[in-house]
Amino acid sequence: MGIASEALKNFKGFNLKNLPEVEPVSPGHRACQGCGEVLALRQAMKALGTNVVMCSATGCMEIITSPFPQSAWRVPWIHVAFENAAAVVSGAESAYKAMNRKGIINSPDTVFVGYGGDGATADIGMQALSGALERGHNFIYMCFDNEAYMNTGIQRSSSTPYGAATTTSPAGKKSIGQSTWKKNMPEIAVAHGTPYVATCSPAFPIDLMNKVKKASLVPGPAYLHIYSPCPTGWRCGIEESVEMARLAVQSKVFPLFEVIDGQYFLSRKVAKPKPVSEYFKPQRRFRHLTETEVAKIQARTDADYEKLVAKCVMEAKTKEKPEQEMSIRLDGA
Amino acid sequence: MSKQIGIEVSIACAEAAGLCDVDVVAAYPITPQTHIVEHLSEMVADGHLDAEFVPVESEHSAMSACIGSSAAGARTFTSTCSQGYALMSELCYIAASLRLPIVMAVANRALSAPINIWNDHADLMYARDTGWIQIIAENGQEVVDLTIQAFRMGEDPNVSFPVQVNLDGFTLSHMIEPLTIPDKADVDKYLPPYRPKLRLDPANPVTFGAVGMPDIYTEARKAQDEAFKNSLPYIEKAWDEFGKQFGRYYKPVETYKTEGAETIIISMGSISQTAMTAVDMMRAEGKKVGLTRIRLFRPFPAEALFAAIKGAKNVIVLDRVTSFAGGHVSGPVALEVKSILYDRKHHPKLRNFLVGLGGRDVTDQNFMEMVDQVAASKDDGVPVAYEFINVRE
Amino acid sequence: MAKETGFMSWKKLNFGIAITNPGNAAELKTGDWRSMRPETNKEKCTKCAQCYIYCPDMVYSKDAEGYYIQNYYYCKGCGICAHECPVDAITMIQEVD
Repeated sequence: MGIASEALKNFKGFNLKNLPEVEPVSPGHRACQGCGEVLALRQAMKALGTNVVMCSATGCMEIITSPFPQSAWRVPWIHVAFENAAAVVSGAESAYKAMNRKGIINSPDTVFVGYGGDGATADIGMQALSGALERGHNFIYMCFDNEAYMNTGIQRSSSTPYGAATTTSPAGKKSIGQSTWKKNMPEIAVAHGTPYVATCSPAFPIDLMNKVKKASLVPGPAYLHIYSPCPTGWRCGIEESVEMARLAVQSKVFPLFEVIDGQYFLSRKVAKPKPVSEYFKPQRRFRHLTETEVAKIQARTDADYEKLVAKCVMEAKTKEKPEQEMSIRLDGA
Repeated sequence: MSKQIGIEVSIACAEAAGLCDVDVVAAYPITPQTHIVEHLSEMVADGHLDAEFVPVESEHSAMSACIGSSAAGARTFTSTCSQGYALMSELCYIAASLRLPIVMAVANRALSAPINIWNDHADLMYARDTGWIQIIAENGQEVVDLTIQAFRMGEDPNVSFPVQVNLDGFTLSHMIEPLTIPDKADVDKYLPPYRPKLRLDPANPVTFGAVGMPDIYTEARKAQDEAFKNSLPYIEKAWDEFGKQFGRYYKPVETYKTEGAETIIISMGSISQTAMTAVDMMRAEGKKVGLTRIRLFRPFPAEALFAAIKGAKNVIVLDRVTSFAGGHVSGPVALEVKSILYDRKHHPKLRNFLVGLGGRDVTDQNFMEMVDQVAASKDDGVPVAYEFINVRE
Repeated sequence: MAKETGFMSWKKLNFGIAITNPGNAAELKTGDWRSMRPETNKEKCTKCAQCYIYCPDMVYSKDAEGYYIQNYYYCKGCGICAHECPVDAITMIQEVD
């Protein structure tokens, strides 16, 4: 049994009856109306509780929680720069390790978390994250993926999906918008031998909270890729964030899965998938796409999903699935 | 009991950091800093030092990890130079503004291009506006002592700034010298444990690195500037107490044969040792030459420096870096000296020479040439911002 | 209500402008941003907690009877709760003033 499976063998998840009341991020934060990213952050922090040290990258979740003299953080929190959250958390975790061992402090159970947006993770912070994952620090890295540089005004990142219009990948006569396919960060994390990797969505809060909790229990690094709809950047309605997150899962655009000690588990099989066009329709970033382009994206989405399912199936054949149920569905959808 | 041994200066630097009970070392290798971090990792591997050695993937992450570590409340050390310093410099500003007393040994090396691994002060000067305390060693014993003192200075609650210990790459870092390594118990007596008032602690949550809007940014900078300015007496106190305990005394500015000197050379770092030899030779010839060495570059000891040079007719300032200001502005050390002279009545003639770039030797002969050149020069009213020394036409 | 700006003397700042009263963002009345207000019809409400767990602004809390009620001090009026409510118990009402 791998270290992650070992740590999770007696895992008990959250359910609607025992949702933690704790809100480590306070209300009064300055996120946009209907922000899906702060919603995901809120759910994640409820799962983590208060014995944490948070290391933040520059980005929306930094700026909306910390304009002096007010902080929304009820837990210890540090922001240093854009590209280095994983390195800062490496240092904090090492400090605790040394100080606990030397008897200077007694906090063996504190959880260390680095987090950032997709730009801070997949682009500028990739090197620091790779280093921290490879070194095997006992920490969680959370990527809140809203698929562009939203804080600076909706510029494209390597995590922006193919076809999406942003302010630096605009659609035009000679452009379909983003011309490259989304970088696959979870696979990159898996390739580092990270004991626990998972994708989560705020539309499935129990699943998200369970994965965050599991990440905190695994000794060594854990990587969580968290879908974070941004009505401001995606140009959908402010009331539609959760629906966008749900449609992304239902259309197979953002499948929910876990990789435990390298073994893949599908958290939610999409039996009757919705077409990607249904997910695209409410978002003006995709409005310019022709039927041909949508068909091309549909084909790629289907193929990627099949590849993922194949990995899960293969693992399921060779090994019994450990005790971890399909996420309890909250939305009834 | 302290012990005297023949030891490479880099190894001694690492031993000194070890004597200070560092909790975390996060470092990335770069020539000529490597022996310092190699030895620290050995000490951890052998169990001689109870610390976490974090072998980060870049200098940028080295300083980032140091910030996380220091903010968590651990005593934190690193080392770098040159391109490595340039890569981490973004974080160096932040470490100072967050008031984290990280100690970093910089084995001073030239900046590219052309790539050059040898000694000058390009990295030292690159760092001058970051808000770090910068102290400069002239010899191996000073490297040991300054490393220990750096923790004491930086961690003083009246200071709380990171400290850069500068030692010339190769010409100092790779020398084997007979050095006195202090006894651990004596270091413990000199250096109290690091217990910061604010740290990353779930029992007492604090927000570090908040956004500073225009309505507070100026105040934040003013507070940092005042604290940095006011750190000078505490730096001197750390030196005084070290002197009392260990018998080796340090000052922000050191003078050598400046009494009655008509010409005073101002230098920094290991070339000061050669300069002293040159001064002895010139004094023997009856020339009234003295030397002033700057040991503390930030915060700049303006009063002490002025006091050291105010009697001279000529001041020769050595800069070991090119600053590309367009030809009409002196090098960085000369600029500091000029700025403290401007508001004084006494204006000695000031000449600025760029010497010892990228490992070029500076010989006693070079010092004599500079002194002779200044003595022979006539003031024709045309200002000369600086001159290169020892350059082939 | 505490002042929302950072006006203070440089002499009063912590090292690195550290904020030592964490969570004080809760003083901020983000309810001012709102143009629409969610109202719950308790007759329809099944106490399912979806409004609670989907709210990005921590607006909802459980009352003595188990209903989730709004704290309009923070509600920015995004309407996610109304959109997600499985029994259409929440209606967005135009604010007037």
